[in-house]
Amino acid sequence: MGPLLNVSAFPIKVKKELGENLLKKDKEPVFITCKSCGRRALKRDWQNNYYVCPVCGKYKSIGAYYRLSLILDSGSFHELNADLKANDPNDFPEYKDKLSAQKQKTGLEEAAVTAVGKIGGHKAVTIVLDSRFFMGSMSSIVGEKVTRAVEYATNKHLPLIIFSASGGARMQEGIYSLMQMAKTAAAIEEFSASGGLYISYLTHPTTGGVTASFASLGDITLAEPGALIGFAGPRVIEQTIHKKLPKGFQRSEYLESHGFVDMIVERSEMKSTLKKLIELHKG
Amino acid sequence: MIEKILKKVESLDAEIERLKKAQTKETGEMVKEAFRSDEILEAIEENYESWDEHGKQIDKLKRMRSSFLEGCVTLSPDEKVYLARHIERPHIDDFIEGLFTDFFEQKGDHLFDEDKSIYGGIARFHGIPVTVLGHRKGHTIEKNMEYNFGMPCPEGYRKALRLMNQAEKFGRPIITFIDTPGAYPGLEAEEHGQGEAIAVNLAKMSQFHVPVISVVTGEGNSGGALAIGVANRILMLENAVYSILSPEGFASILWKDSDRHKEACRLMKLTAADLMEAGVADEIIDEPIGGAQRDYKTVMRNLDEALFRHLKELKTMSPSEIKNDRQLKYRKIG
Repeated sequence: MGPLLNVSAFPIKVKKELGENLLKKDKEPVFITCKSCGRRALKRDWQNNYYVCPVCGKYKSIGAYYRLSLILDSGSFHELNADLKANDPNDFPEYKDKLSAQKQKTGLEEAAVTAVGKIGGHKAVTIVLDSRFFMGSMSSIVGEKVTRAVEYATNKHLPLIIFSASGGARMQEGIYSLMQMAKTAAAIEEFSASGGLYISYLTHPTTGGVTASFASLGDITLAEPGALIGFAGPRVIEQTIHKKLPKGFQRSEYLESHGFVDMIVERSEMKSTLKKLIELHKG
Repeated sequence: MIEKILKKVESLDAEIERLKKAQTKETGEMVKEAFRSDEILEAIEENYESWDEHGKQIDKLKRMRSSFLEGCVTLSPDEKVYLARHIERPHIDDFIEGLFTDFFEQKGDHLFDEDKSIYGGIARFHGIPVTVLGHRKGHTIEKNMEYNFGMPCPEGYRKALRLMNQAEKFGRPIITFIDTPGAYPGLEAEEHGQGEAIAVNLAKMSQFHVPVISVVTGEGNSGGALAIGVANRILMLENAVYSILSPEGFASILWKDSDRHKEACRLMKLTAADLMEAGVADEIIDEPIGGAQRDYKTVMRNLDEALFRHLKELKTMSPSEIKNDRQLKYRKIG
């Protein structure tokens, strides 16, 4: 188990993700334009609406630390294994440069942030995959961080919440990426056998190897509205079957109606829903 | 390159076969002739050398064939992919026929459907009851269409799990054969939970207390391969490949150009030797020069020996040691 991140670093990381400048003299953007409807709205309104478009209701992707700040009780955040950094096991051309660029862009070391903290007074292990870092793809370090956090939850008998978001495998890491599916699935199964509660929270997009491993193994499966969730990507499917896919295919609502999601939960209800579920499992 | 060499070698094979038949026929006629009178017999004995023109021709062609096959000793990764996908390569039907006895096929997931891209059941291996299953490919286009080219839907993975759960219940070792382009990317496959089916297999396979040995016989691509491959030991045929995705898919994702698949093969580290280095594969099973399709018997003999050795080794462990051994194998990767 790596050292715990200094608590005071947390608010800075959250601010960074929200695009808030740390130095007062810089000007902050006042408006944010929705990528879906194209309308502009005040940044303040976006923020009050948990980064769901105030005009059309479309969900914007949010950073891992910001999401954690939305569900963890103030001051309770402790990061696990923050020192694990992305590596390049296959010595793949240009991969190191791409990793540096992703780090620069997001301020993250890898696509997964794992933490222990309190949700409405209840201690829990929370894992967040961040789609802004390499599309949240599964690298060997993502797999390792997830596995270690799950093992931590198993050993400490804590509930486990995973926010999945992933484009699938990290191509540059090849077979090492693939094997993370087996590793993480085994850790979840051991956790489950020990009687732990695992809430899988699917966010946009959850696909490929993450869908086909830990994301699909929750006791309770929740999803954010409108998230793309599936194993194969829609483009690959269309190319294979030579047909247009039905409207809403592989979206949260579609999965709910096809029996793979317990409930679609709005971002504003995220914390209260998790708290309620943890309490229901405490008797 | 290998494609051209193999075509040439195959035409030599055919010519040698034809000459051998002609030689046998001729020898038969010669013998018949020889015993008609002592004079003819003597004449034949004196000019024996000139009688066996076919034999000389055969020797010449065989030497030619060996020279061509020498070009197949070292193969590039994309040539291995070509061999791994060769339609005449031994597939699960051949392995079951060649390595097991008393095979009893089990069909269906007993929930919704029978998926023919997964084939399996109960059989004996060296007299020991085992559960054997794997992706199914055929030797003809028609058979491949029937088996969906070895690309399972969720029902196939659930059928595999049903068979493996029974193996766990009855204490039978599990032997799986991996040979798939990947899980089927179709509309119904998604609606029926392709991701869920694979995930559950990975989770449950990590828990088994019986030995699991997987053999990558052809191409093992993506989660569609891994879903029946969480094993204590992974054996790979010499020209088999195992990777995150098909080289075509890899090139398409990375460079938006699936035509660059040969280049992808070189970067993907997908050969048996690469997988040994990554700590995924445990042993490489030798194939005859030119590929497994050239001589099933040699492949079966080599695989049989290795499978039996690994199984014997695993059988000395206790059930919980077997489970831990498997979990540790994956825990160490990455």
